[in-house]
Amino acid sequence: MAQIFAYILHSNGVLDDSALELLAAAKKIDDSAEVTAIVTGKGIDDVCSKAAESFKSVWKIDNEALSYPNAEVVRKALLSLLPADSIVLLPHDTFGMDLGPGLSVKLDSAFAADVVDFEGVEGNTLKTIRQEFTGQVNTHVHCDISAGAVINVRPGVFQAAEGQAGEVVDKSGELGDLSVKRKFIEVQEAEAGEVDITKSDVLVSIGRGIEDEDNLEMAFELAEAMGADVSCSRPIVDAKWLEKARQVGTSGKTVKPKVYMAMGISGSFQHMGGVKGNPFIVAVNKNPKAPIFQVADVGVEADILEFIPELTEKVKEL
Amino acid sequence: MEILVCVKRVPDTAENEIEINSEGNDIERDDLVYSVNEWDNYAVEEAIQMVDKHGGSVTVVTVGDEESEEVLRREMAMGAESGLLLTDDAFEGSDGKGIAAILKAAVDKGNYDLIMTGAQADEGYAQVGGMLAAMLDYPYASLVNMIEVGDGKLKVGREIEGGNMEVNEIELPCVLSIQTGINEPRYVGIRGIRKVASVDIPTLGASDLGLDAGSVGEGAARVKRIDYFVPEMGEGAEMLEGSTEEIIDKLIELLKSKGGIK
Ligand SMILES: Cc1cc2nc3c(=O)[nH]c(=O)nc-3n(C[C@H](O)[C@H](O)[C@H](O)COP(=O)(O)OP(=O)(O)OC[C@H]3O[C@@H](n4cnc5c(N)ncnc54)[C@H](O)[C@@H]3O)c2cc1C
Ligand SMILES: Nc1ncnc2c1ncn2[C@@H]1O[C@H](COP(=O)(O)O)[C@@H](O)[C@H]1O
Repeated sequence: MAQIFAYILHSNGVLDDSALELLAAAKKIDDSAEVTAIVTGKGIDDVCSKAAESFKSVWKIDNEALSYPNAEVVRKALLSLLPADSIVLLPHDTFGMDLGPGLSVKLDSAFAADVVDFEGVEGNTLKTIRQEFTGQVNTHVHCDISAGAVINVRPGVFQAAEGQAGEVVDKSGELGDLSVKRKFIEVQEAEAGEVDITKSDVLVSIGRGIEDEDNLEMAFELAEAMGADVSCSRPIVDAKWLEKARQVGTSGKTVKPKVYMAMGISGSFQHMGGVKGNPFIVAVNKNPKAPIFQVADVGVEADILEFIPELTEKVKEL
Repeated sequence: MEILVCVKRVPDTAENEIEINSEGNDIERDDLVYSVNEWDNYAVEEAIQMVDKHGGSVTVVTVGDEESEEVLRREMAMGAESGLLLTDDAFEGSDGKGIAAILKAAVDKGNYDLIMTGAQADEGYAQVGGMLAAMLDYPYASLVNMIEVGDGKLKVGREIEGGNMEVNEIELPCVLSIQTGINEPRYVGIRGIRKVASVDIPTLGASDLGLDAGSVGEGAARVKRIDYFVPEMGEGAEMLEGSTEEIIDKLIELLKSKGGIK
């Protein structure tokens, strides 16, 4: 079995949640695997020691050019160090999406993305499970790993594994040329909005099922009657119907309400990735097979355009 | 600026419930409504706006069957000048690398400053753009939600976690994958599509592209979908049943007990 590597994201000296999730994913691929963590950055001794509490081996790759994880630079760094048939695990987040596909081309290895589970290895075949159509169907996908693989693992699906302590190996001296044609300039923080949905106890959250901008009014009426705030999924913001600060999800806000009302939202992992703190989730959707019903506590199969006004009326009567 | 935008014809999930066929080897395709992958519309819109401002032209390209021509026409109705349909039996069963290799061959035949893809398509891989860039040895940025044209380079914003934006400078030629929300794709009506109905769209196969048929398609694919299946439902939600009135009464009781109504 080829060597398994996990790329460790970190910021301000803290390991990203994905670190121990990738360890768990690696164990699911091969229970006996000794997983090597790869940490890149500038001045990363503390992060490396932390990673070495859970990984048998930690590659420290310390270089000024890596002080921000620019995927183009990271790719070059990894290419100069990784053995030919490596299995590289990345989180399927905005960094993994940036790095994984190109890395697999340069390593000439197989690539699978947004993997939600593994069913082991048979010969040169790594058996994975993925989803398509925002989780409406699952698929078995087999990867030929005879020349290695880059696997992007969906964040949040593997329970952080407890690893065994190991050692830090400094690889910084073995780096080749790190010059690239994409230069990182800065990170611009998202703007604050008129409401702070991260503080709301109750959210009436609206998805594409609302169909038309004019229908948003009914969501605000329901929210007002309930004493809730209105949040939404990404397509509502893309359409400029609501401001970005109301978007729940990995590229929006992380909310921790007591009650989350998902109205006409399919339940993609990028949306649900922003719903934390185990709230009571109510889902209303006209498609009984919508994936949201798998994560909700209570579901109603209904057209929200009819259901919301009726619910609002009843709540007002209380 | 010469811009190539890669587009894909996909089942429209807003219009369809996706069901698995009885053999479990495909989804039911008979009654599916297809459209352009959502992300690709944003890419085409962005390309058109750039060309409007800075000159040049937009070409749209797809790898697919004959029916994929309709998505090229739709994007041409938006304002793309020309289309390219890459189709061949030998392309069937390609994995992401196969698709990227086919697209690379088309890029090599042209003279493009910028290549755009959508951030992801129906299968949720988010792979073709990054693969294409690596095959071309062009720099790549994914999830782009802002582009400013400079001299021989672009300033691009990448949308990262929390809605923050990572700003980069990237040299041309390059490949960008476009995130939704970067613009507001224009509406195309039936009339617009009729206008481009008779425009000739060149069709290229493996030999036209100089591709060895064995390097793409199912034979070359190292990543293969074996089947579709319905996920074993965990606990799942408790579905409220009854008349709408009964459902609402139950729901209100639940909401009260969970602190959902103040
Ligand atoms: C890098 C990246 C980051 C992303 N970040 C986010 C994020 O932060 N937040 C986010 O939300 N998404 C995010 N997305 C997008 C995400 O993948 C989904 O596309 C999105 O969440 C879908 O939103 P939706 O559920 O509202 O729409 P859809 O998936 O289109 O679902 C609409 C649902 O409404 C139902 N419906 C339709 N009409 C009605 C009706 N009249 N009554 C009742 N139900 C109805 C349908 O059955 C369907 O289930 C991101 C994607 C990428 C690639
Ligand atoms: N068959 C195809 N033809 C043309 N472009 C494609 C095709 N498949 C994927 N793409 C492009 O790659 C992007 C990402 O798709 P994917 O990597 O499949 O998630 C899409 O938004 C398209 O721009």
